[in-house]
Amino acid sequence: MTTMTIAKAINEGLRASLAGNPRTLLMGEDIGPLGGVYRVTDGLIGEFGADRVVDTPLAESGIIGTAIGLALSGYLPVCEIQFDGFVFPGFNQITTQLAKMHSRSNGNLTVPVVIRIPYGGGIGSIEHHSESPEALFAHTAGLRIITPSNPHDAYWMIQQAIDCLDPVIVFEPKRRYWLKGEVDTTSPGQSADPFQAHVLRSGTDATVVAYGPLVPVALAAASAAAEDGHSVEVIDLRSISPIDFDTVTDSVRKTGRLIVAHEAPTFGGIGGEIAARVSERAFHSLEAPVMRVGGFHMPYPVAKVEEDYLPDIDRILEALERALAY
Amino acid sequence: MGATHLPSTEFDGTGVDDQREAQAEAVLGDPAVPMVQLLSPDGTLGTDPVFSEYAARLDAEKLRGFYADMAKIRRFDVEATALQRQGQLALWVPLTGQEAAQIGSGRASQPQDYIFPTYREHGVALTRNVDLAELLRQFRGVSNGGWNPKETNFHLYTLVLAAQTPHAVGYAMGIQRDQKRAAAQAAAAGSAAGTQDPKAAVMVYFGDGASSEGDVHESMVFASSYNAPVVFFCQNNHWAISVPTTVQTRIPLSHRAKGYGFPGIRVDGNDVIAVHAVTEWALERAREGKSPVLIEAFTYRVGAHTTADDPTKYRGSEEEERWRAKDPLERLEKYLRAEGLADDAFFDQVKADGDELAAYVRKTTHDLETPDIRTAFANTYAQAHPLVAEELAWFEEYSAGFADEAEPADTEAAN
Repeated sequence: MTTMTIAKAINEGLRASLAGNPRTLLMGEDIGPLGGVYRVTDGLIGEFGADRVVDTPLAESGIIGTAIGLALSGYLPVCEIQFDGFVFPGFNQITTQLAKMHSRSNGNLTVPVVIRIPYGGGIGSIEHHSESPEALFAHTAGLRIITPSNPHDAYWMIQQAIDCLDPVIVFEPKRRYWLKGEVDTTSPGQSADPFQAHVLRSGTDATVVAYGPLVPVALAAASAAAEDGHSVEVIDLRSISPIDFDTVTDSVRKTGRLIVAHEAPTFGGIGGEIAARVSERAFHSLEAPVMRVGGFHMPYPVAKVEEDYLPDIDRILEALERALAY
Repeated sequence: MGATHLPSTEFDGTGVDDQREAQAEAVLGDPAVPMVQLLSPDGTLGTDPVFSEYAARLDAEKLRGFYADMAKIRRFDVEATALQRQGQLALWVPLTGQEAAQIGSGRASQPQDYIFPTYREHGVALTRNVDLAELLRQFRGVSNGGWNPKETNFHLYTLVLAAQTPHAVGYAMGIQRDQKRAAAQAAAAGSAAGTQDPKAAVMVYFGDGASSEGDVHESMVFASSYNAPVVFFCQNNHWAISVPTTVQTRIPLSHRAKGYGFPGIRVDGNDVIAVHAVTEWALERAREGKSPVLIEAFTYRVGAHTTADDPTKYRGSEEEERWRAKDPLERLEKYLRAEGLADDAFFDQVKADGDELAAYVRKTTHDLETPDIRTAFANTYAQAHPLVAEELAWFEEYSAGFADEAEPADTEAAN
């Protein structure tokens, strides 16, 4: 076990993949000598060279599109999109090409491209630097989407994404890049399946499902609820597509109440999908409607008011109170 | 400023509308765009300081092969159009008029090269030995692809305009890395640097309309930045459905290459000999790692964009007639006959082969089986996916519910 930040864990995970397979390569803007704007690729160009840590022109469609071509020729490209709001110039390549290549080739072609996207708010940045567009991609069949919330998962999930034959988008919670935790680099342990949710805390009164940046918030809310005498189970979803509904449903059957929390706008978000599925699968176990805690239906607001926008401990507790009131 | 910047036929000066030429001169300063042409519309073979050498590589058999390919693909095009009219295809994308651009360029490629087409490259597919009946699967609505690209190094058609251009550059970057790794491994093993395998390049097709898409720009930037072994083959057929090239660009498309730092060449796209020569030169250059190349094949889509549009709504028949006079098949036939390289028996045989192909395609299309939707479940992901598995299980159960209803109907029919 070693202690490291999420950013360092991804760096080490990338290093392990680059060392383990000569066909792995990284591409993105500023990922070379600068090491990426968050230094996630720090030092890798020195170890693996410019052919494998490729500083690209500033062109997201070009980055994703050439990665598709590299994958078709047998390589394992890992693209870095600098910020969440900058993925949209590459949206066409991701949704119309990357996601569908395997299907439209009747299974003859695979495109194992990984796209890393630092996402979410809470860092006081300017517009287009704090968004959570995961639902826009989750709606597209052919893509897989995962999001680590701790360094151990970050270390293993990036490698598992690279090993996956399908395209994988890794949404990295940028405000947690400096979160430290223990990493077992010798074994993924229960993190062996990146598409499986983890129950981080057991409880009996309600379940809170969160992912990425909101996992520490959900855990803190559960601790606060415990002081009020409520036993709250916390699930780290980890995978947004596919979603591990079995773990979520099993928890709801036990607790009878569900709160889903994410930073993305509530409307049309992942929370709605989870609420609908749980109501289909475990309606008779529910003691209350599924509550959603998310962002508002507005463009991500200016940094000076983002605290009012982002779901926090109190917003989760408020939803818990409403659920418990039934 | 009006949209009419370029004359549509500036390359030979015949039939150019004076007013349009004047407009072009006013906007461009120099309307005379150099264009490689070896075989003129009257069937005379000219010379070129660079490309005559490449033309000289073509023996009589190859030239006859060019003609046979062009005739075959034109016959196929007629048949596919008819099949669409008969309701057997959802849509067809005709290529008539562009046979020389496609056969000339496709025949210049080597088996180890990888080709990314757009959706009109039926002639290129022929040169890559793709079964033409397989091309129709997408248009028949039984597949979103239809052939295995790995077997012929001819990629699937791409309907989102220009999306395949960065794929081509990425593939070329892969080839580049393969060659470097092979050279390094050979050096480490103490053998001669390089590899026994022939060097490869990538060629990507797109149209004058697609040239306006951002992906073309980005892919050319990437190609230039990494000196990727890729040839961009733009078929300027003058019309992006109903919008003329003059709305896409104010300079000849081949001139755009200069802005990216690699050669751009305009070639007479109705001259199969010139197209072949220029493409062979460009692919050799790319394989040797010298630079990417942009080829603009100056040609004309004689028919509709697809069977869904009506060219009479947006262009005059005079223009079409001017281009018909530059027909790629007729000019090669004139040359072959004048040089004594082909006789009536040859042309009769070509026609018979075309009819045979058409019959094959007609029958095969009728016989194409509707796929089971379970194949779509199976191919959405390469690895097992719980949501797909769950939805498939639901579908199986739902479908099984109809089994009892189907049986009596079948029995009745059998009786």
